[in-house]
Amino acid sequence: MGQVKLITKYFETPGCEKLPVFESVGGYSRLRRIVEEEWTGEKIIATLKASSLRGLGGAGFPTGMKWGFVPKDAEPPKYLVVNADESEPGTFKDRHIIMRAPHLLIEGLTIAALAVGAHEVFVYIRGEYWEPYRVLKNALDEARKAGYVGDRIMGSGRSVHVTVHRGAGAYICGEETALLTSLEGYKGWPKLKPPFPAVKGLFRRPTLVNNVETLSYVPVVLDIGPEEFAKVGIERNGGARLFGVSGHVNRPGIYECALGTPMREVIYDLAGGIRGGKKLKAVIPGGSSCPVLTPAEIDVSLDFDSLAKLGSMLGSGGMIVMDEDTDLVKVLYRICKFYSNESCGQCTPCREGTGWMTRIMERVYRGNGTSQDLDNLVDIAEMIGGNTICPLGDAASLPVMSFIRKFRPEFEARLSRKYVPSGEIASPGAEGATR
Amino acid sequence: MKTDKPIAFSDEQLQLIRSLMQRLPDRKAALGDVIHMALEEFGCVSPEAETYIAGIMDLPASYVHEVVTFYNMYIQEPVGRHHLMLCDNVSCMLCGAEGLVAHLKERLGIEPGQTTADGRFTLWTVECLGACEMAPVVLVDHKFHGNLTVQKLDELLDSLE
Repeated sequence: MGQVKLITKYFETPGCEKLPVFESVGGYSRLRRIVEEEWTGEKIIATLKASSLRGLGGAGFPTGMKWGFVPKDAEPPKYLVVNADESEPGTFKDRHIIMRAPHLLIEGLTIAALAVGAHEVFVYIRGEYWEPYRVLKNALDEARKAGYVGDRIMGSGRSVHVTVHRGAGAYICGEETALLTSLEGYKGWPKLKPPFPAVKGLFRRPTLVNNVETLSYVPVVLDIGPEEFAKVGIERNGGARLFGVSGHVNRPGIYECALGTPMREVIYDLAGGIRGGKKLKAVIPGGSSCPVLTPAEIDVSLDFDSLAKLGSMLGSGGMIVMDEDTDLVKVLYRICKFYSNESCGQCTPCREGTGWMTRIMERVYRGNGTSQDLDNLVDIAEMIGGNTICPLGDAASLPVMSFIRKFRPEFEARLSRKYVPSGEIASPGAEGATR
Repeated sequence: MKTDKPIAFSDEQLQLIRSLMQRLPDRKAALGDVIHMALEEFGCVSPEAETYIAGIMDLPASYVHEVVTFYNMYIQEPVGRHHLMLCDNVSCMLCGAEGLVAHLKERLGIEPGQTTADGRFTLWTVECLGACEMAPVVLVDHKFHGNLTVQKLDELLDSLE
């Protein structure tokens, strides 16, 4: 339990974004072993299954099992798509990996491509990440020159070609099917599942989609062995992950902790507790779509199953910490505004419902709410959740239901007191910025 | 504001686009890259640029327009010399982004979404930029600037031509 240094040891190695430095700390040795010992895809997948590594983009699906869904005997082409479209509010771990250990990602994605028999890899990086894009491109050039990616890698008969594609500012493109649609050159509208991407994904071919952090743990699993990796965490939640802590803490930043570490330890020991010695009021545990937690709930073990039992989610590991002076009505209004801005518009419940919730929340926030508003908000949230093609509808609904359920007195006080907020949420920006 | 840059790619760029379209299983998949190139080259994706892209990629102009208007970063009008993208999402809001927005509005005399009369700054308030550990954050000319205060923001603006 507690802090570990599996990925962060690379962060702490100066110059690790450069190939020679990365190689000097064991970089690409795992890929070399797989190539030289001619590991089969099945063997790599079995290793991942034994590690209990789970998808760290947010869904927490067992990685080895997901890899196993890609049909082994399917005719080429098969694709690997790396989801680097990190845009869930409160989430910033992938940016750190790309900036500080890009070769770790490249090694991980190459191993994943070999495991599922994909010769073509697309990295979809969010458009606002100009610097990470540049760093990743440079690292890829180095890796290509050294023979780690490209034609006949490391003198073997296997080829893995990597292309980096820049997104252009659409949160929805972090959803895997929207990401694939976007890569195909369309607007990023999600698709119904099934068929799952593993069977019919990019260009209707079998496609494995994995998050940056998930793939970056693959070399770590091979390094320390799957059983050891699994033991770092707890049952069914192998290893560790990067927790990004932001908001009202003394030391916001990235902390790598074993799965199963108590949330309290991350907030108070690692991130230094609440700024100004204030009391904690609320925590969003894994990106803005995860149901909010109260101070009484922060002894929870940080793993996928424990947070699910608590009615929340581990999500992307982006913790937003709020002190006693935080206006939670304003926070929820801002979250609603985000999801209505970013709804892709394909499904009516989400397109209309997120707008309704935002307008009602604005009314409540400005002190003009009616006694019916809070119940209406919960009703609308329930109407959206589960009734949309992709999880954005759920992501918009869950915070509304959890904030109102857990902090109802604060919302009710706003209705009766005609509270006039001291600050104003910025009015919508450019049509382009908030479309 | 008008941009006077001619809407035409160089021969080298056209060659690159052609090879990209050939390499991908569907030529449409090159559209995102081509729009990004257009942004770099022309400063924005105007209706003329959309028509031009549609022509060279043999796609309907309406289709190109649909894609351009879906994504926030595919701007359709020129922006100022320095594009300020200030995050005001939750983590930045908790750390004082609203005060920075108010300060910028006052200092620049514009609302979010507008450009100063001298063409120096365009101000946008944007959704989470993925740099919450240094909230509040602004992205200016492709670079993150974090842990902002009014003073730091002023120093940053003063340093930009």
